[in-house]
Amino acid sequence: MTTLQTPQAPVAADPRRPATPVPTARRVRTAAGLTGRYLLLALVFALTVGPFLWQLSTSLKGNGERVFGYPPQLLPAHPTLHHYAEVLDTVPVLHYAGNSLVVALGSVLSNCLLGSMAGYALARMTFRGRGLAAGIFLATMIIPFESIMVSEFLVARSLHLTDTLLGVMIPGAASGLSVMLMRNAFRRLPAEVEEAAVLDGAGEWTRFWRIALPSVRGTLAAVAIFSFVFSWDDFLWPLVSLSDQSKYTLTVGIQYLSGTFTNDQRVIAAGTMMAVVPLLVLFFALQRFFFRGVGEGAVKG
Amino acid sequence: MTGRRWYVPWLFLLPALAIAVCFFIVPFANTAVLSFTDASTLGGGTFTGTHNYARLLHDEQFWQSVRNTLLYIAVVVPCLVVLPLLLAVLVQKRIAGIGFFRAVFYSPVVASMVVAGLIWSWLLSDDGLVNSVLRGLHLAAGPVPFLTDAHLLLFSAMAMTVWKGLGYYMVVYLAALANVPRSLLEAAEVDGAGAVRRFRHVTLPLVRPTMVLVATLAAIGSAKVFAEVYTLSDGSAGPGGEARTLVYTIREVGLGLGGEAGYASAMSIVLFLGTLGLSVAVTRLNSREERA
Repeated sequence: MTTLQTPQAPVAADPRRPATPVPTARRVRTAAGLTGRYLLLALVFALTVGPFLWQLSTSLKGNGERVFGYPPQLLPAHPTLHHYAEVLDTVPVLHYAGNSLVVALGSVLSNCLLGSMAGYALARMTFRGRGLAAGIFLATMIIPFESIMVSEFLVARSLHLTDTLLGVMIPGAASGLSVMLMRNAFRRLPAEVEEAAVLDGAGEWTRFWRIALPSVRGTLAAVAIFSFVFSWDDFLWPLVSLSDQSKYTLTVGIQYLSGTFTNDQRVIAAGTMMAVVPLLVLFFALQRFFFRGVGEGAVKG
Repeated sequence: MTGRRWYVPWLFLLPALAIAVCFFIVPFANTAVLSFTDASTLGGGTFTGTHNYARLLHDEQFWQSVRNTLLYIAVVVPCLVVLPLLLAVLVQKRIAGIGFFRAVFYSPVVASMVVAGLIWSWLLSDDGLVNSVLRGLHLAAGPVPFLTDAHLLLFSAMAMTVWKGLGYYMVVYLAALANVPRSLLEAAEVDGAGAVRRFRHVTLPLVRPTMVLVATLAAIGSAKVFAEVYTLSDGSAGPGGEARTLVYTIREVGLGLGGEAGYASAMSIVLFLGTLGLSVAVTRLNSREERA
């Protein structure tokens, strides 16, 4: 790997440019490396989005077109949105999506508000019991939800929260992760930010709402996105807590769609596309907040 | 900050704390208590000491779920520690279009497990794309039972977990790679170290703590595996439920017909202690190797 010097390189024979052999060899190597890099990227690209694209292609194929067999027909010959209409006719997908949206937006609102309130108290106030409170939030991050779901169901039932959207939302309404992310963000704020307000005699709430909260908008956005995606994608808890079909969220409803309503792959594919496309759009529009959230969540969580 | 009344911080904390206590601490305490009773999911129950735990020892279904879950961890964790790191190295260099590739590689993370499950069950079904291609190229005589053989189902689920987790851990590693000082890599290059040696002797030791973090997260995630197996098998966990995982069995026993909340709680405690043990073990393993 150390042979960057290639004396026999043709350019070296050129008397006017004696210093060029190294850069040329390097350039060739870099070009080869770059091509290899793009080939690898293309391969991983095919592996990661290939499944989505195949599902999309299937969903657009007409009833007369082949969806299986060899060689696979990659593109629909006569693309049609017919199966999307069929999904809407056979399954109350829009109703399920509406339920998911209510739960997800509720979760965003409560995680942002309650999470930042708690995070603010933990970061900017000193009081007895602060360690205990922080410990409780940390405990909620360590205890796997799966290990308490049976009791969670019993608690929800005794509060008459099973089969309600509020019941689906509330266990994740102020997650430990949201509280800790907000706490860390408030901690990074310099003390001077609030000092002027203290001198003006502003109360705690005003300082929190008017000064501290607007200063941590970036983290707030990450918390909002995390909460939305987590809630929209959650499967186990809605599956456990909902038995009334009219309350199904999209994940439970779409699982129910396959096998129960239809065995036509084109229709199932259309249904999955309807569930995933809004999220992909949201993701591509707000990428940097997603990545920021991952960085902060993984390092501190 | 003087003159604040003592209860002010608690007013800020109250709503979030109430939710954490009602929906995490109380159910957790309840799980611990129920695990020593014969409570049914409908209610009632009397104290039965360690009977549930003794019963676990001889419960073949429970051990099958434990074995499957351990196998899941053993396969998925190494994959999710190594592959996303290689991927992060691949996308680290800022070449044209790299932002697009990074975003695309992350996109499976955004999809829900149910959507991923439906997409993959279509890919892996008897007349799905993978089987069509395998047969078309004469690599398989008949359809490979990816979803109907318990072992293959488990491995298909693992592949899906890795597929869905790649992008997430790639981003985690990217943050770590960004912290590797450029000067060190350049110094190594001047000393004649090739790309592979630079990676092994400069980058790797520096991203080690991140690898431990990823191993811990992946291990805990795998210990809780449920949706992958459930969605790929339409809720059956394979023929006879032989691909069942621990969480699958907890749900089946605790919330299925004739739900045994007490017995399922004992399994839940095993799951909790298992995940706790995993994170301790990974951390220990790391600190021992660092000393060596």
